[in-house]
Parts: sequence; C-alpha cells; structure tokens
Amino acid sequence: MDTPLDLVAPSGPAESLAPDEARRGLFEPAQAHDPTSPVARFDARTPLAMDAGVSLAPFQIAYQTAGTLNADRSNAVLICHALTGDQHFAHTHPVTGKPGWWERLVGPGKPVDTDRYFVICSNVVGSCMGSTGPASIDPATGRPYGLGFPLVTIRDMVRAQAMLLDKLGIPDLFLCIGGSMGGMQVLQWASLFPERVFSAMPIATGARHSAQNIAFHEVGRQAIMADPAWAEGRYLEAGTRPAKGLGVARMGAHITYLSEPALHRKFGRRFQGGSAPTFSFNADFQIESYLRHQGLSFVERFDANAYLYLTRAMDYFDLAEDHGGVLANAFRGTRTRFCVISFTSDWLFPTADSRAIVHALNAAAAPVAFVEVESDKGHDAFLLEEPAMFSAARGFIDAAARARGL
Amino acid sequence: MRARSSGMKQRNDDALLPVGGAASAPWRSAGELPRSPESGSERVDHLIVLGLVPHGARVLDIGCGDGTLLALLRDRRSVDGRGIELSREGVNACLARGLSVIQGDADTDLANYPDDAFDVVVLSQTIQATRNPRIVLEHLLRIGRQVVISFPNFGHWRVRAELAFRGRMPVTEILPEAWYETPNIHHCTIRDFVGLCREVGARIERATALDARGHEMRFSLPWWVWNLIGAQGVFLLRRGR
Repeated sequence: MDTPLDLVAPSGPAESLAPDEARRGLFEPAQAHDPTSPVARFDARTPLAMDAGVSLAPFQIAYQTAGTLNADRSNAVLICHALTGDQHFAHTHPVTGKPGWWERLVGPGKPVDTDRYFVICSNVVGSCMGSTGPASIDPATGRPYGLGFPLVTIRDMVRAQAMLLDKLGIPDLFLCIGGSMGGMQVLQWASLFPERVFSAMPIATGARHSAQNIAFHEVGRQAIMADPAWAEGRYLEAGTRPAKGLGVARMGAHITYLSEPALHRKFGRRFQGGSAPTFSFNADFQIESYLRHQGLSFVERFDANAYLYLTRAMDYFDLAEDHGGVLANAFRGTRTRFCVISFTSDWLFPTADSRAIVHALNAAAAPVAFVEVESDKGHDAFLLEEPAMFSAARGFIDAAARARGL
Repeated sequence: MRARSSGMKQRNDDALLPVGGAASAPWRSAGELPRSPESGSERVDHLIVLGLVPHGARVLDIGCGDGTLLALLRDRRSVDGRGIELSREGVNACLARGLSVIQGDADTDLANYPDDAFDVVVLSQTIQATRNPRIVLEHLLRIGRQVVISFPNFGHWRVRAELAFRGRMPVTEILPEAWYETPNIHHCTIRDFVGLCREVGARIERATALDARGHEMRFSLPWWVWNLIGAQGVFLLRRGR
C-alpha cells in the first residue's frame, strides 16, 4: 500500500521470487528491534492493555517527527499509517532508500505543513519497523514472539499511540489523519479519545472491514501459511523466510489497491520485452512482471507474521459493533471536526463506506465535511498525486488551524 | 459569489439588512439575481434568510454552493451551519471557509439525518430538480423545525403563454434551460406546492411570491393571482397543519 503504482515502473526482465535459501534481500529482524528512528520504551510499570486481554510489557514504539512543537503544545499532528506503512512518512526509508511515503501531502508548505505543525507518525504495535510485534523478542522465552504475540486490534494501536503522546508531553492533537488502516485508527482515535482530537481526517477507509476485504486478507494469510518456509511462524529461528507466500500475499493485495482503469492505462495487455507470448509461464505481460516486482520488494522490508497480525487487526475492526451496533454512538457528543475523503475508483473502501461514516457523524451532530475525489487510481490514490485531495485537505486543515488559533 | 472579499468584515452588519429590518419584513425581496445595493456582493435572498434565522441556530443549507449563505449565517448569526452540495468545487470552496459541508444530494442524503436535527433547513431553487420532491419535503419537515423553501413557479403567466400561444416548453429568466437539458424534472406551480404542503401535513407559516426581478409582491393577493404573476414561490413551513 505504500509502493504506489506511479512510483514503480515495471521492472526489466521477468523476475521470479527469490529462493528462501538466499536470505539476501529478505526481512531482517534487526530492523524490528533497532530502528533508525527514535523509540519510546515502556516497561512493566506501563504495560499496554490489549483487547486480547493481555498486558503487553515491556514494549516499544518507534516513531518519526517533523516540525516543531509550539509553546502551547497545540500544533501536534498524528499521522496514522496504513497496513504495510511505517513511521517514515517524510524520511528516506532505511531499507528501501525511497522517499517518505506521504511527502506529497506532508512537508514544508504542504497541506500538512511541517513549518507550522509538529507532525508525528509511529509504527503501529504489531508491525515490524521498530515497534513491538511478532518479530520482537519475547522476554519470557528469549525467542521471537512469532504466533505467541497477542492478537492486535486497531484500538490497541491507538492506545499505544496515546501512550506515546503522553510520553512526548502532548496533551491533544490538532489533527489526526490517515488513509486505509490509518483511517481506521483516526476513527478509533476520535471515538476513544474525542477530547484529544481537535480535527480528524479519515481517508479512503471504513468504520468496519467488509466481508470482501476480509476474504482478500484471508487469501493472503493462507498464502503465507502454505509456504513451508513459514515453519508454523517460527521462521526467524529456523533461519528461513516465507518469501514466496508473503510475496503472493502482497501480489494479491496489491491488485485490490489499484483499479481496472489504472491497470489498463499503465499496462494494458502489453508484453514484457517482446510482442508475442512465449508459450510459457514466464512473466509475459507487463502486469505480471510488475506484480512479481511488488511481491519481491515487499519481502525485503516486511515481516510475514506482522502481515498476518495487521491484516487480522483490520478484519476485526467494526466500530459500530463496539457501540451497540450503532455507528453514531461511537461519536456521540463529539466536538471533533471531521473531513472524510473517498475516491471514486476505490473498490477496497468504496465511497459507500465513507458515506456510512458521514451519515453516522451527521446523526451524532458532529461537524463533518465529505469529499469524493474523482480518480481512476483506486484505493492507493490517497498516497498519490491527487490535487483534488490536496486542495480539500488544505482547505480543511487551514480552516481548522484558524479555529484553533494556530 | 465566490469572492466575498475581506473588506466585508469591516462593514457594519446591520447596514446590509433590508430596510425596515428583517424581523418586520423578512420576505421583502428574494431571488437569484438581485444583490443588496450596499454590498454589491450579497444576494438579497441570503439576507432574508439571515433575518429569519435566530442567533446560534442549527442550520442545514441543501445545495449550499460555495457556502456563501452558510458563511454569512456563521459570521453574523453564529449559527452551527451544515451544508450539502453536489459539486466538488463547491464543497472545496466550503472547506476553505471552514464550513462543514458534505458532497451529496437531497434525494439520497436527507434520510440519514435524525428528526429535529436542525432549527432551520434551507432548500433554494432545488426541489423541482429532485427525483422525489414529496419525499424530500417530508424529510425537510422531519429534520428541521422550520423549512425555508423556494422554487420557480410553473404557473407564471409567461410560462403559460409560451405553452398556450407558442406551443413550446418555456424558456424564461428563471427557467433558462431548454427542455432537453434542464435539470428541473418536477415542475410545479405555487398552487401545486400548496397542495403538496397539505398532503404532507406541512403548516405554511408564511408564503410569498417574487416577481421576475426577484422582488416581493407585497400586497395581499389571492392565491390564483400569485400563481399567475409570481415567478418564484417562497415558503416558510413547519410540521403539522
């Protein structure tokens, strides 16, 4: 979700997924323990109370910041990242060397203006870029948690972020913003800590994960678990990586982040390096080569078990269910200003999902704005160059800043 | 209408209200075209709504465009304003003004608002373009304690003349599009609308007609006269007969 279509050209000759034996170019657990970004550590005195009924301690949250916190501590922005995103929203990625994943939206003079706001983004708990997750060492056993890690929920992620803000001395957020799974966190923030969220921008998201989305996630998880190198989740100790399974999971998921028109525009039925089929199962088509490249590059930077856990967290998310089946109850009495954004060609989180959020916010008498951006880029549009989204975001954020006296 | 200059703020608010004060003559004039002579930038019908809406009220403006009316109501009446607008350009303009406006339309989005959600609901020149005007009106009465609604009168003498003498669908100042491109799919006359109000149990608190230039016809006239010479109908409604 963080390797947008426009950034990656189809790679040259057909590539096949790397064999497990060659660990070169595969996820290294070191990045899960010792990231290149700042880390907040929480010891046994401050455990994370998780929905699974577990008190997680010790644990750590890796984060990045940009901009400066003002004297009133009133200009903090929390960016919530998507499923396979990380804290490097405006910083060169330590593994891939790519620019920050949201530099189009966040930076000096950008809609989320780092000259004006103090912007924070933390790696979610359960992920693998420095925050505690299944690749971390379980202090009880001295081995990686693997499947011994408790199941994570979106609410757990938000609780951990709130603890990070406490540690940073930030009482409340001027803005909480995120797309996809990040948008779920934004909604959860607004529901769980309404007094700590002045304005909220959930983008390309839903208040619950649909059956179709759960289905896609399950296919990905089964691909990982079907890879013998997964080793029942103990691959880090076995010295293997389920790269084929994770790569296939990523290939399948990546299709859901795009759209038929975008794929057609970018690849069509064009052949890779020729003009005729080779009568083989090589990557004849550019789209095949592109997807294989997506799968390959993903396994370099992502932990397969973390992928299992985070997809599960999205599947479990149902904000209405947590509030008696009525989504409006999740926002009862809120004073947060909302701006909901969807994209016309997003079939993973279609506009109907955003409208359901808007209707619930209306029913709760919350101040809510809603824009459906015309785009053929599918779900990943929120990461891409979408001037209509930027202008909506700029208008909303600037007005919110005026209202807050920033 | 988009350029509401910063100079506006320095002017005395009351100077822009219609002569005689809004309370005494809230329906003095309205319409799409006229501007208040003092500002040159504000629609007289907006100023009329402004005179009607109490301080701090909750207002829903359906088809709010670039948010001119909502911004006016917020700045002068401290209302808690919400809007619904079909065009993304309009919604973006509203966002930049700090208004809470959702992209949507009257036919699909009103059903989701709870009863009595607003003190005043405004629907200007739109009901004739909805797919189901009766259901829209019922929702307006359900979600708003008061409803301000205006629409072009298809019983206007010029409309009748076009049909009667030329045998053509009318194209007038207030109905400028040809039949094949007009968004207005449910035309009605003032009398038709009064009939609909009866059917849905709406109480007409006040009603008036505006002439082709958007000026109120101030003398007391029977319905049939209004229905003949009024270019627009403007109604203030409330639930219950």
